[in-house]
Amino acid sequence: MSWSPATAAERDEMLAVIGHKTIEDLFAAVPNAFRPKSWDLPAGISEMAVRDQLGKLAAQNASGHISFLGGGAYDHYIPAAIDALTSRGEFYTAYTPYQPECAQGTLQSIYEYQSAICRLTDMEFANASLYDGGTAVFEATTMSVRLTGRSRIVIHPSLNPIYRKMLATHTAHLQLDIVEGEDPKDAACVIVQNPSFLGAVADFSKLAEKCHAAGAMLVVSFYPISLGIVKSPGEMGADICIAEGQCMGVPLAFGGPWLGVMATRKAHVRKMPGRIAAETSDAQGRRGFVLTLQAREQHIRREKAMSNICSNEALCALRALIYMSLMGKEGFRDVARHCHAKAEYLKSKLSFVKVLNEGPTFNEFAVRLPRNAEETVTAMAKCGYLAGLPLAPLGAGAETDLLIAVTERRTRADLDAFAAALEEVTCN
Amino acid sequence: MQLIFEKTVRGRRAITLDPLDVPEAKLPELVSRAKTAELPELAEIDIIRHFTNLSRRNFGVDSHFYPLGSCTMKYNPKIAEVVAALPGFGQLHPHLSTSEAYWPLCQGAFELIYETEHWLAEIAGMKETCLQPIAGAHGELAGTLLIAAYHRERGESNKDTILIPDSAHGTNPASAAIAGFKVVEVPSHDDGTMRLESIKAAMNENVAGLMMTCPNTHGLFEPAVAEIADYLHQHDALLYYDGANLNAIIGKARPGDLGFDVMHYNLHKTFATPHGMGGPGSGPVGVGERLAKYLPGPRVVKRHGAFALEMPEKSIGRLSQFFGNFGMAVRALAYMKHLGRDGLCEVAENAVLNANYIWARLKDTYTPAFDLPFMHECVFTAAPQAKNGARALDIAKALLDYGFHAPTVYFPLTVKESIMIEPTETESRETLDAFCDAMIEIAKTIESDPAALADAPKTTPVGRLDEVKAARQLNCACL
Amino acid sequence: MYPENCKYTKEHEWVRAEGAVYVVGITSFAADQLGDVTYVDLPKPGKEVKQGDSAAAIESVKAASDIYAPVGGRVSEVNDALTDAPELVNQGPYDQGWFFKLEGVNAGDFDALMDAKAYTAYVEAQH
Repeated sequence: MSWSPATAAERDEMLAVIGHKTIEDLFAAVPNAFRPKSWDLPAGISEMAVRDQLGKLAAQNASGHISFLGGGAYDHYIPAAIDALTSRGEFYTAYTPYQPECAQGTLQSIYEYQSAICRLTDMEFANASLYDGGTAVFEATTMSVRLTGRSRIVIHPSLNPIYRKMLATHTAHLQLDIVEGEDPKDAACVIVQNPSFLGAVADFSKLAEKCHAAGAMLVVSFYPISLGIVKSPGEMGADICIAEGQCMGVPLAFGGPWLGVMATRKAHVRKMPGRIAAETSDAQGRRGFVLTLQAREQHIRREKAMSNICSNEALCALRALIYMSLMGKEGFRDVARHCHAKAEYLKSKLSFVKVLNEGPTFNEFAVRLPRNAEETVTAMAKCGYLAGLPLAPLGAGAETDLLIAVTERRTRADLDAFAAALEEVTCN
Repeated sequence: MQLIFEKTVRGRRAITLDPLDVPEAKLPELVSRAKTAELPELAEIDIIRHFTNLSRRNFGVDSHFYPLGSCTMKYNPKIAEVVAALPGFGQLHPHLSTSEAYWPLCQGAFELIYETEHWLAEIAGMKETCLQPIAGAHGELAGTLLIAAYHRERGESNKDTILIPDSAHGTNPASAAIAGFKVVEVPSHDDGTMRLESIKAAMNENVAGLMMTCPNTHGLFEPAVAEIADYLHQHDALLYYDGANLNAIIGKARPGDLGFDVMHYNLHKTFATPHGMGGPGSGPVGVGERLAKYLPGPRVVKRHGAFALEMPEKSIGRLSQFFGNFGMAVRALAYMKHLGRDGLCEVAENAVLNANYIWARLKDTYTPAFDLPFMHECVFTAAPQAKNGARALDIAKALLDYGFHAPTVYFPLTVKESIMIEPTETESRETLDAFCDAMIEIAKTIESDPAALADAPKTTPVGRLDEVKAARQLNCACL
Repeated sequence: MYPENCKYTKEHEWVRAEGAVYVVGITSFAADQLGDVTYVDLPKPGKEVKQGDSAAAIESVKAASDIYAPVGGRVSEVNDALTDAPELVNQGPYDQGWFFKLEGVNAGDFDALMDAKAYTAYVEAQH
């Protein structure tokens, strides 16, 4: 089993050109003592068998359930054109555009992605992508430290508890003082999330003003789809905004590959991590695009770089760009409008539970069930639903608390049937 | 080419939703957007044409030979894409792992993670591996955080320094710095390898570890690697393996057997998951016995015949939201299963064969940077050509006109005018010959008329671009 | 080749005494090595720097370097023109391309730096 074209005869001919007799001669630099002490792997199998084996594993996972799971990753519709375009080999088998003349497709798509993100967030500069929404919180944190020369990091209660854990892991040795709250005094940044992990939508404009008065950055982690109708980070006065971009045309894929989004103000761009594409021209005056500000990056700056990021999530960024293009100005707003209206409708149907959010929510809200949430989701799964995210395992709520997300994919009939099933399971 | 925003026609639509079937709801004005974002307004055909035409302005492995040194641009098998997109994988919500109540609904995904981690561990001779790191550099960060956790638990707070060879990838020092380490660069020997004497000269009681690539970025296997490992261990320092060049030795040597304590894998290099214009990659971290208890978590374990999640005893915590780039693990497992124990050995054999074939065909035309035998990539210096007036960059640009992606140039930093060629095992002899013919023809042009290269490339959609103008104007978005 | 009225550092900065004020820039050798300068990050006037402190930063397309204070002192003025026209560093490294001025400098530190002849020898030995 192999994907190498070389035949045995070709191998021999090539060895002769090199001046060797056997393949082993090529490995003369690896002494016998260094050879594998164990190589306990199965024999290769055909493509057909690979498909069968992995197909069986895939079939053991949930599929066909009607999902109300959110908590940072959402079941939005992915238009067919996205796969059709991103599966073109010229995109997905290319690498980082080190030679811009033969990578204009990549570079222009990055430039357009940066533009679309700036338009969506009302910011001025975006990078070509980070790994995901969680590492983006870390990158925004260190960026704020560089911008302010301060080491105090203030985490607002709205932030995703998984992002908090990730931040603690990534910054374990950076001598930062990470505290809860929203007081920007002496802080490098205050990090908020909108909508909050539990779905609450807020306006952080006043906090932005307080941050600026105190010389701190306001970092806003946002939910891209919500920006169809929710006040944007730019409108609130954020200095850095970041997001999990999975919701824009990227499959759930059990957690990745996803998309880390980051945008900022012009004044801060030189401290932003990640690749950035810029417009320029060639000697004939033709428009072209290149990577710019590379002197910030690890391949030049090494230990003084703005980040260690090298590979990013460019293909997922392309998916997001195509998503934003396909939905378009009106369609993007429609998706947000539908998500919100359907979530509100479901809320109205859940009179038998207590909705924990007091203020407005976008498409996700937390409820207190009359029964244990984990028992409830087990029972609901038998009825064909992924009923939501029990909050206790994340330390984000009581054992009866459940986070419910609604996307544009859910129909009124789905919502009515779900509400009835949930009432049946929790109240009877 | 026009930007997609410049093609907008007011009112044009691609995807539309069914009419809203529930009552309209409105957010309070205070939290609402004042102005709709100016996203493109186009029909689906406009968008398909735009991106199809953009794609045609790219070289990729599917269309072009792409011998980018250190990046392992091998063919990406299509079966891997098909299995990764199966609904049971592609549409699986990761929060099914958050509540035990949902675990019965994601056993297949847990098994896939478990199995992939075991394949990777056996291939590299590691005790355990963990898929959480999202990219190679993220794997380096994981590894250096593990080294820090190890010394911290032993009360060795003085161990604040990581040694890194001068030929290392830039991510190595950048990652070590995030893990809180000081970085000390160690010079390579003139023959391109790392000598124990250089390590000894840099050694002191504060050294926590050394990060090595093997074969190194000069394409050379490190002959002193086992001695270096022993020496470090005697001084209570750990050895890190940068897996970027694992393709060269797969089935021929295992980092764990060589004495490495911790490493990362690049699934997008060695295990053929596509590079996607810069990512997604995947950088699982592997560890020997003494670091296993510090691994990131939660981790998939087998318990009473079912798969479950557990936090390692002294885990450094969470590096990704769930299990890293799971979709890349699906692709990598498909790749490993197809090749199996023998096919994986052939990967290294054909990769090294192809690199040495290029070396043999070009060594009389270009100057090899080192005399030792190359492994999976060969490094030349274009310093002689530069004296004639054509630099490595000019050679790279000229290759584009022959229909080849350029090799890596100006890296490693240790070689002047370096040209680093990594053909990979999936290229045929005819492709290698055509590439070598082009390189030889370019060398002849440099001898007769070096200025002829200054205009290259001429056949690409744009010529050489003005990077200085780009950096000074900083037009990075169409607002 | 290097102006006689300046003193030089191993990091390729020059410094020139103009009365009580000391003007700092980078040498033509450093400017050539960097290539076209695309960005200069200047200190805030009033900032106190010690000899050898990183006081400014400079970027070209392919490189980034710190500019170290050749002598200690207080930044009295910076060359704001470089913010919009970083190419001045390449065009006139010893005149329009100056970076910042220092006051309160210890003259002994200044005198101890390399003169043009010593710097020329240093550059030749290095490259």
